[in-house]
Amino acid sequence: LVATGVGAKTYRRIRFILIQNRAGKTRLAKWYMQFDDDEKQKLIEEVHAVVTVRDAKHTNFVEFRNFKIIYRRYAGLYFCICVDVTDNNLAYLEGIHNFVEVLNEYFHNVCELDLVFNFYKVYTVVDEMFLAGEIRETSQTKVLKQLLMLQSLE
Amino acid sequence: MPAVSKGDGMRGLAVFISDIRNCKSKEAEIKRINKELANIRSKFKGDKALDGYSKKKYVCKLLFIFLLGHDIDFGHMEAVNLLSSNKYTEKQIGYLFISVLVNSNSELIRLINNAIKNDLSSRNPTFMCLALHCIANVGSREMAEAFAGEIPRILVAGDTMDSVKQSAALCLLRLYKASPDLVLMGEWTSRVVHLLNDQHMGVVTAAISLITCLSSKNPDEFKTCVSLAVSRLSRIVSSASTDLQDYTYYFVPAPWLSCKLLRLLQCYPPPEDGAVKGRLVECLETILNKAQEPPKSKKVQHSNAKNAILFEAISLIIHYDSEPNLLVRACNQLGQFLQHRETNLRYLALESMCTLASSEFSHEAVKTHIETVINALKTERDVSVRQRAADLLYAMCDRSNAKQIVAEMLSYLETADYSIREEMVLKVAILAEKYAVDYSWYVDTILNLIRIAGDYVSEEVWYRVIQIVINRDDVQGYAAKTVFEALQAPACHENMVKVGGYILGEFGNLIAGDPRSSPLVQFNLLHSKFHLCSVPTRALLLSAYIKFINLFPETKATIQEVLRSDSQIRNSDVELQQRAVEYLKLSSIASTDVLATVLEEMPPFPERESSILAKLKKKKGPGAVSVELEDGKERGELNGGGDRGGDAAIAASNASTPSPSADLLGLRSTAPASGATPSAGSLLVDVFSEAGPSATSAGVNDDGFLSSAPPTVASEDPAPPLPESDELLNKFVCKNNGVLFENQLLQIGIKSEYRQNLGRMYLFYGNKTSVQFVSFNTTVSCPGELQSQLNVQTKTVEPLVEGGAQVQQVINIECLTDFIDAPLLNIKFRYGGALQNISLKLPVTINKFFQPTEMAAADFFQRWKQLSQPQQEAQKIFKASHGMDTEVLKAKLLGLGTALLENVDPNPENYVCAGVIQTKAQQVGCLLRLEPNAQAQMYRLTLRSSKDTVSQRVCDLLAEQF
Repeated sequence: LVATGVGAKTYRRIRFILIQNRAGKTRLAKWYMQFDDDEKQKLIEEVHAVVTVRDAKHTNFVEFRNFKIIYRRYAGLYFCICVDVTDNNLAYLEGIHNFVEVLNEYFHNVCELDLVFNFYKVYTVVDEMFLAGEIRETSQTKVLKQLLMLQSLE
Repeated sequence: MPAVSKGDGMRGLAVFISDIRNCKSKEAEIKRINKELANIRSKFKGDKALDGYSKKKYVCKLLFIFLLGHDIDFGHMEAVNLLSSNKYTEKQIGYLFISVLVNSNSELIRLINNAIKNDLSSRNPTFMCLALHCIANVGSREMAEAFAGEIPRILVAGDTMDSVKQSAALCLLRLYKASPDLVLMGEWTSRVVHLLNDQHMGVVTAAISLITCLSSKNPDEFKTCVSLAVSRLSRIVSSASTDLQDYTYYFVPAPWLSCKLLRLLQCYPPPEDGAVKGRLVECLETILNKAQEPPKSKKVQHSNAKNAILFEAISLIIHYDSEPNLLVRACNQLGQFLQHRETNLRYLALESMCTLASSEFSHEAVKTHIETVINALKTERDVSVRQRAADLLYAMCDRSNAKQIVAEMLSYLETADYSIREEMVLKVAILAEKYAVDYSWYVDTILNLIRIAGDYVSEEVWYRVIQIVINRDDVQGYAAKTVFEALQAPACHENMVKVGGYILGEFGNLIAGDPRSSPLVQFNLLHSKFHLCSVPTRALLLSAYIKFINLFPETKATIQEVLRSDSQIRNSDVELQQRAVEYLKLSSIASTDVLATVLEEMPPFPERESSILAKLKKKKGPGAVSVELEDGKERGELNGGGDRGGDAAIAASNASTPSPSADLLGLRSTAPASGATPSAGSLLVDVFSEAGPSATSAGVNDDGFLSSAPPTVASEDPAPPLPESDELLNKFVCKNNGVLFENQLLQIGIKSEYRQNLGRMYLFYGNKTSVQFVSFNTTVSCPGELQSQLNVQTKTVEPLVEGGAQVQQVINIECLTDFIDAPLLNIKFRYGGALQNISLKLPVTINKFFQPTEMAAADFFQRWKQLSQPQQEAQKIFKASHGMDTEVLKAKLLGLGTALLENVDPNPENYVCAGVIQTKAQQVGCLLRLEPNAQAQMYRLTLRSSKDTVSQRVCDLLAEQF
C-alpha cells in the first residue's frame, strides 16, 4: 500500500496543451488523455474562461477541476498546460517558455498567423518537445537541429 | 501570408486557409468549407489516381476543416495510403491526420498497424520516430498488443539513434499506462534503468519518465535506479553553469532533468547505503546553497528554472522527513519567498510550507512566519494565494497560537470570497474545538461564526456546539447568556435562532433569575423570530416552547395560547401541526411529574467507538495538517474524556446527528443521537460482509474491476463520468450489492433493493485515508430525458468525513417509465486542500424493476408468438467473454430479475426467462431466450417485449454479461 501511495504522488503527466488567443480561438490543442469531442470543446471554453480573467498580479497557476493549469501569456496568445495538482509549477512554466522560444526561432519571430498557416508543423514541434504527456527534449539546439533536418526533407 | 512567402508549404492549403479567414460570416465559412469538401470528395472518387502531393494537400485540408470544428467522414483511407509513401512530408501528414482524428477507432488502427510495423523496421530514424509518435499519441490497446514486444528492443538496442530512443521510451510509457498487462519489462529492466547513465541528456530526460512510472508500480524491481539517479543528479548539481552546453537553460544546468531525477527519488525511501545517502544530502545542500547565491541573470527564466529545482528538492526533503537540518533550512528558504515580489513564488512558498508544517522537525520553524502569513491573508490580490495562506494558518495552528489564528480567520471571513467561505468556516470550527482551553471562548467563536457567515455554517457545526454545551455543564450558563444576547440583534441568522432555541429550551433557567432575561422575555425574544424562520427551525422552536412550559410553569398560558392559534394547530405543514397538537395536549393533560420526565434535560451525547478507533489509526497522511501534532499529548478535553480528540468528537457528531426534521429535543426517543446510528451501523456491517467475499472472488473470475482498475483512475479524470462508468454499470446489472468504485482515497460500496417500480439504494462512502475529507458533497442527477423517466431522491450527506470513517447515503428511486441512461453520481470533496471531483453512473438499470413471472411452456410459446412484430424483438449474437458454466449463467439470469423457466425450451442447452418490468406508467412483459453454442463459444440472445425500447435495452444490458 505504501508503494502505491507514493506512486500516486509521482505518477503524473501533462493532460493537455492549449494555445488560445484572447478571443478564445484555439491555435493548438494537444490532448494526452481520452476525451470525446464535446468534452474537449467544454474544456477549451473553461480554460479560456479561467485564464483570461487573470492579470499580471495573479500567479501563473490556476486550479482547474482536479488538475491545475500552468499558463503564460505571450502577446495575444495564452499557452496553457494542464497538469496534476502536485506537479512542479515552475518546471512547466519554463517548459512553456522553452517551447515558445523554439517556435520563435523556427518561425523567425513567430506570430499567431504562423501557427494558423503552419498548424501541421506546430504539431511536429510539440511532438519533438513533449510526448505521451512527458517532457521529451529540452535542448533548444537539439530540437531546432532536428526540425531543420525535417524541413529539408521532401 | 507567412506560409506562402516561405514557399515550402502547400500553396492550395494556404489559399484555402486565407479564404476561410476572409469569410465575413459563419454562413460564408460553412459555404466555403462545403465547396472544398465537395471538391476533395470528387478528387478522391475520381478515376485519375492522385499523386502523393495532392493527396497530402487534400488530407491536410480535411484536417484543417476538422480542427475548425466540423465533422469529417471521409479521407481516412487516403490518410492511411499516405503512410506508405516514401516521402517524409506525405508520411507526416498521414500520421498527423490519424493521430488527431482517430480516437482509438479500432477499425482504422488495424489498417495502420501494418504501415507502422514497416516504419519501425525501416531503420530510417525519421520514419521510426513518426511511427513511434503515432503510437504514443493514439496509445490504443490494439497498438499495445502489436508493438509492446518490439519497442523495448528498439529502446535498448545498441545501434538505435538517440532521438529514436527518446521516442521509444515515452512511447512505451504511454502503452504501459494504457495497457500495463501487455508491457512486460522483465529481461529489459536492468538495461532500461541503465539509460540513466546514457551520454545523451535527452535520452535520460525521456527515459527517466518511463523509469519513474515503472518504479512507482514496481519499486523493488527498479530500486537500482536510486543510486544511478543520485550520481547523475550529483554530476548535474555540481557542474558549472556552462558545462552542460545544450542543456543549460538561462545559466541553470539541466533544470528539467534535475526535477525529474528528484521526482524519481520520491518513489523511494531515503537510500540505505550510507555513501549514496551522503552524496544525496550533499546534492540537496548544494541546491539550498545555490538559492542563496546572487543570481547569474536578472531574467525571470533564470530564477524560475533555479527555483523549480529548489521546490522539487524541498518536496524530496519533506518526503524523507528525516533530516531536521534540511527541513529547517527549507523552511527558512521558503520564509524568504513569502515576501518575494513575484506572486508565483509567494504562492508556491505558502503551498510548500503547508506540508512542512506537518513535520515535527519543521513545525516550529513554520510557526515563526505567522505574521507574514496573516498579512498575506489580508493583502494578497489573488484569491488562490489567500486560500493558500488560510491553508497554511490552519496547518500551523496549535495550542500556542490558536486564539490568534482563529481570530484572524474570523475577521477574514467577513470579507472572504464566497468560494472559500464554507471551507474557512469548517476550519475555524475545527480549530476552535481542538484548541479550546476554556469553553466560553469556544462558544463565542462558534456564535461569531454563525453571526459572520451563518449561511456557510453547515449543520454539523451548530449540532456540535449544542452537543458540547450539553456535555459540559460548566459552560451552559455562559452559553445561555451569550446566545440570549446574540438573539437581541434585530436581524440574526436562522442558524443562530436554532442554537438559541435549543440552548434556551435546555438551559434558559440558568439565566432566568435576571429580570432582563426572565422566562417571558426569553420566550418573547424567541417567538419574535418565529415567523421569519423555515419549517425545520419552527419545529425546533415549538419543541423549545414545550420545554419552556416544563422549565417555567408561569409561561404555560402564553405558550398554550400560541400553540392553540390557527397558524400552529391548523398549519398546512404536517410536522408543525402535529407538534402543535401534541404539545398542546401534553401540556394540558400530563401531570407535572410526567411532564418533567418527558421533557427532562438532554442526556450527554454518546461518542462512537469506531471514530476513536479511526483516530488511533491516524498517521500523518500526505496532506495531513499540523493540528495532528498535538494528538495524544494534552488536548481535546472539551468533551469530557481527556484522550478523546476533537476529530473523533466531530466524527461522532457526524455519525449521530439527526436529520433536520428529526426531533432534536428527543421527545419521541430519549436519545435522538443514537436513533440514527443503529440501522446505519448494521448496514455498515452488512455491506462489509457482502463486499468482502465478492471482492475477493472478483479478483479471480469475471469481475475485473477491483483487480484491474489502475489505482489512480479517479484523479486522472475530471468531472465528466469516468470512462469506465459504463463498465461499472455493467457489473451491477445482475447484482445489487458490492463495491461500486474504489481509488486510493475513497471506496464506494453499494447495497440496493427493489420492489415493483420502487428502489432504495444505500451508498457507503469510505474514507480510506487517515486524513479527513472536507466539503464532502454528493449529488445525484438525471441527465436529459431521464429526468422524466426516473424520480430520484437523496438526502445530503455530512460534509466532513473523518479519516477511516464511512458515511451512508440513501437514495430513493421511482421508475416512472422505461429508460436507458443511468443517473449520474457526482462526488466532490477536498482532500488535503485538493478538490476531488468524481462522477460515476449509478447502477440503476431497467431490469432492476423486473418482477419474475413463472409460466408453463405452452403459455410461454403463445406469448412469444404474440410478440412477433419485428420491432418487439431485439437480438444479439456475440462471443462469450467468460466461461460458459451453466451455474454461472443461471445465477446471472436470476440476478437479472426474471424467472428462469425450466423445461420450456425443447433444447435443454437453452435458457428461457420471463418477467414483467414495473414502471409507474405501465407494465412491460418481457420474454428472453439465450442460446449458448459451446463449440463456437458464442451466444444468441433474443428478447421480446411489448415495448421496442425495453427489448433493445434489456438485450444490450444482458449481452455484456456473458
